[in-house]
Amino acid sequence: MSRPEDLLPPDLYYNDSTSRSYTTSSRIKNIQAEMTYRALALLNLQSPSLILDVGCGSGLSGAILSSQPNAPQLTNPGGPHTWIGCDISASMLAVALENDSPGDLFLADAGQGIPFRPGTFDACISISAIQWLCNAESSIETPQGRLKRFFDGLYVSLRRGGKAVLQFYPKDASQKKMISDAAVRAGFGAGLLEDSEGTKSAKTYLVLNVGGGDILGAVNGMEGVDVDERRAGKGKGSKKWKKGKPNKGSKAWILGKKEQMEKKGMVVKPTSKYTGRRRKTPF
Amino acid sequence: MKLLTLNFLTCARRTCKSSPLSFPLHPCDAELEIADVDFSLDFLRNILPRLEWDAMVALCSELSLPLSATVPAAAELSGAGDEPTQSAKDLHHLLLETNITAGKLVCGNCGHEYAIKEGIANFLLPAHMV
Ligand SMILES: C[S@@+](CC[C@H](N)C(=O)[O-])C[C@H]1O[C@@H](n2cnc3c(N)ncnc32)[C@H](O)[C@@H]1O
Ligand SMILES: [Zn+2]
Repeated sequence: MSRPEDLLPPDLYYNDSTSRSYTTSSRIKNIQAEMTYRALALLNLQSPSLILDVGCGSGLSGAILSSQPNAPQLTNPGGPHTWIGCDISASMLAVALENDSPGDLFLADAGQGIPFRPGTFDACISISAIQWLCNAESSIETPQGRLKRFFDGLYVSLRRGGKAVLQFYPKDASQKKMISDAAVRAGFGAGLLEDSEGTKSAKTYLVLNVGGGDILGAVNGMEGVDVDERRAGKGKGSKKWKKGKPNKGSKAWILGKKEQMEKKGMVVKPTSKYTGRRRKTPF
Repeated sequence: MKLLTLNFLTCARRTCKSSPLSFPLHPCDAELEIADVDFSLDFLRNILPRLEWDAMVALCSELSLPLSATVPAAAELSGAGDEPTQSAKDLHHLLLETNITAGKLVCGNCGHEYAIKEGIANFLLPAHMV
């Protein structure tokens, strides 16, 4: 199956009928909701915030942001949030209108920048959208130029200490690098999180942080987060991704856990060649 | 579009970024509508220090809405037992419940007009204006 990004520009791909079937599919709704909750957990907002939703589409994520109650026992307390969404597809926004989406909506191309004054937003969320920025629609535009305007604008529009969590579907490793490099170049502290890595349902989250340099604090303790400590200006040339914790369930992760348990004086099964191996599905 | 949003929105053109005239944008032929939003004292407290009050006052006079020229202090938002004061409720109503549903937003620097239809502003720029 080919990627929609390879077929048409986003405003043409998300026409009236695609936008409608996208929004009514319960399979899509579930996946987008799951990723929104994941992004919210990473943002870790503690009080009702002003959030930018980039490529908000028909407002699936927004509905969750607006209805998030402020109950301390929840995994994501701190809501309900107020959000402003932008999308390049008028059809998607029309579906959002039909559904009485509570956020303010803008018809805008994130590749042209973020038209808000400095320090506007507490946070930014973007689900399944920014890979589209790599489509350069005309001869005068390049993916790098569009990514630069987007990340530069985003950086300025977030308040200091603000965070952005952008889930996206990179076409390949080089596109993933191009996107995260553009974020780092704009000044963000950046980390990449991969859920279900190597599977068909793999999900990539770019976790960004403005100033304060505590991206490590933001993602520390989370399984499988690669922290990229490069910053514009400092550490030039250190092009290496710093490896975070081993992926949950991997052999390295299991061995680490076993060691921890042993230290606590617990009885641990001896390590063998079967440790951490994938079992076949039983049927 | 909520009036709150207008207090943060600037002209999208790169050449306007450095001009103080590109904020705030000026509504023109604006149609207003009121829509209920759940009141949140915490949100107001969060957003109040970030508001450009002068722009808020200017906007209200352009729309012929009343607004005091002085910023309410955070302490004025709630009274005894964290009950919201009338000025908190008024501020909520103005920022979050008052919407521009149709009209235009005009940049004070380049004169570009952004159309608003059904509450949605069109900020797509033709390639030569980016
Ligand atoms: C897969 S949909 C996701 C929509 C929504 N975030 C969700 O989770 O349901 C991708 C969205 O990105 C939008 N998009 C693509 N390129 C964009 C751009 N340059 N600026 C703004 N939005 C864009 C599309 O119009 C589409 O609505
Ligand atoms: Zn302008």
